[in-house]
Amino acid sequence: MPTPTKGARLGGSPAHQRLILANMATQLFAHDRITTTEAKAKRLRPYAERLVSFAKRGDLASRRRVMRSIGDKGVVHRLFTEIAPDMAERPGGYTRITKIAPRKGDNAPMVVIELVREAYSAKQSTVKEAEAATQRAAKDEQAAPAATEAQKVDEA
Amino acid sequence: MAVPKRKMSRANTRSRRANWKATPVALQACPSCGANKQAHMACPSCGTYNGRHYGAAERTEHQA
Repeated sequence: MPTPTKGARLGGSPAHQRLILANMATQLFAHDRITTTEAKAKRLRPYAERLVSFAKRGDLASRRRVMRSIGDKGVVHRLFTEIAPDMAERPGGYTRITKIAPRKGDNAPMVVIELVREAYSAKQSTVKEAEAATQRAAKDEQAAPAATEAQKVDEA
Repeated sequence: MAVPKRKMSRANTRSRRANWKATPVALQACPSCGANKQAHMACPSCGTYNGRHYGAAERTEHQA
């Protein structure tokens, strides 16, 4: 769950922020990559990633939940049929923010936020950690039956 | 409300403001094109970051 935002809303009012985030998420899922200010991208990231999580679940209820925020049915279809399968293996982190040079007019820090649609490959350190955990679990399982057998002998 | 008792001299004002200094932006060579770029930011001359290309990052003719 995204942490609730503190402080001022984007655009001034909660309703305006809802519209801004919904529109930006729609454009992100339609084009895969949008250019925006850093502040907006940082707010958009948890919002869009939550929608991707719903799309990965893929059932009717989650589709209706996504339809609440994205009005465009074509974009929702693209999210569920094209984007969600690409994210199937990925454990979160569906978007990537890359900083670009500040905007000319007001020097606002600009970024490109994009969907990470490359094939997922786990980091080598994560793989090693997971393998160690399974080995430990296997060892514990081997030790556990012996202990229960000993208990049974005592009871008899 | 507290107010200054004396006018502040031009010299005092200027010597205070003399310490308002801008620091130069730290730049480094872009690994793909060699032009100067800021760290953690897509290169404005070739648009690459971490091996990925971003067209929106490239410098337009209005920015120079």
